[in-house]
Amino acid sequence: MTIPNLVGAGLIVIGAGMGLGKIGGSAMEGIARQPEAAGKIQTAMIIIAALLEGLAFGALFLGK
Amino acid sequence: MRLGKTTRNKVVSLFSLFFFWGALAASDKASSDIKSDENGAVSSETQISEYILHHIKDAHDFHLFSYNDSEGHRKHIGFPLPVIVKTSKGMVSFMSSEFHHDDSGHHVVERSGVSLVKYHEKIYELNPGAHEIAFDAEHHPTNAHAVLDLSITKSIFGFLVVSILMLLAFGRMARQYKKQSIPTGLGRVLEPLVLYVRDEIARPNIGEKHYRRFTGFLMTVFFFIWISNLLGLTPLGFNITGQIAVTFSLALFTYLITQFSGTKDYWKHIFWMPGVPVPMKIILAPIELLGTLTKPFSLMIRLFANISAGHIVVMSLISIAIIMKSSLGATGATLLSFALSFFLTLIELLVAFLQAYIFTMLSALFIGMAVEEHDHH
Repeated sequence: MTIPNLVGAGLIVIGAGMGLGKIGGSAMEGIARQPEAAGKIQTAMIIIAALLEGLAFGALFLGK
Repeated sequence: MRLGKTTRNKVVSLFSLFFFWGALAASDKASSDIKSDENGAVSSETQISEYILHHIKDAHDFHLFSYNDSEGHRKHIGFPLPVIVKTSKGMVSFMSSEFHHDDSGHHVVERSGVSLVKYHEKIYELNPGAHEIAFDAEHHPTNAHAVLDLSITKSIFGFLVVSILMLLAFGRMARQYKKQSIPTGLGRVLEPLVLYVRDEIARPNIGEKHYRRFTGFLMTVFFFIWISNLLGLTPLGFNITGQIAVTFSLALFTYLITQFSGTKDYWKHIFWMPGVPVPMKIILAPIELLGTLTKPFSLMIRLFANISAGHIVVMSLISIAIIMKSSLGATGATLLSFALSFFLTLIELLVAFLQAYIFTMLSALFIGMAVEEHDHH
């Protein structure tokens, strides 16, 4: 792995981490506000997290 | 179907048993790998990364571990698998043991007039007169060419094992329902999962009207991915869902099912998006068409990358025992690597389930988008 690749991988991870943090944080707030909707919020959270993860892994894979 | 309290307790205890078995398997894996390493198989960092990459790749034989015996001979524990290749002189098949664990292209196997060598788990046919494979600067073989490889490789062997396990478990479970409404044995573990896939994944995402048609596919995909992922955590060293060809095929099924069950509305929304101006419709059509491809592509990459990354991290943590031996001592390094890989394997158990869930969930979502009936205002 060359240095540009590693820097790119780091940037991808920073972006994905920020995105996942936002998703998780918002889901937490949502659940705290409406605990009875926890199930639905969790499902939506996992789907969005999975989509984001797919994007991040795709970028890491292409940059390999 | 409501489960009684005792049944539920049994399910819970069976689950914890299963998880402990997984954890045990992980620790087993750690110890067996370290044993083989102590004997001089893997000592430096480059060798470790080679070893990990070798594990991630598919193999032509089923190899558990190697060691040096008292006379200094290299011993390999495992069994060979059949090699089936299409050469220039027709189909050739033999057991992979004929390569004598050679992976560097030196050992030539002569069969029906063709010379075959194995180099980095790829089988090449040597040109007439060549005795050893040679490469140019770009790593293309100069005196050989690749053959169409239809071998029963390690991953395909694992694929068959999972299929047989699923056929046995679910066949038995299905037969039981003819006699009584409560399953026994393994069926008690599988029933809540089957109901979960049907009621939490298929029904809400596809819709009440169509979900029954697709439940069979979704369940097959779910259990196949889940059991394959769990098998990857055992010391047997399978890496089925970490092969991009496997995840490609799974995603291809989702893609084809989505496209072939698409309603008129689905295609209309792709090629002639209603409610936007005509120039925009022309721009949107190729984007939407590309969108149908990127969905299964992301399914493929996600599963492949998650499982590969998990295997690489577990094996890297196991190799801490070797890397840190000089600074922490053998006991300290082994304990550290055991503790880290033990907890990571517990997380991997969760990931194994989560990836199966996400793949099934997103497949259901995509199918649901295709079969959805829009109400026109």
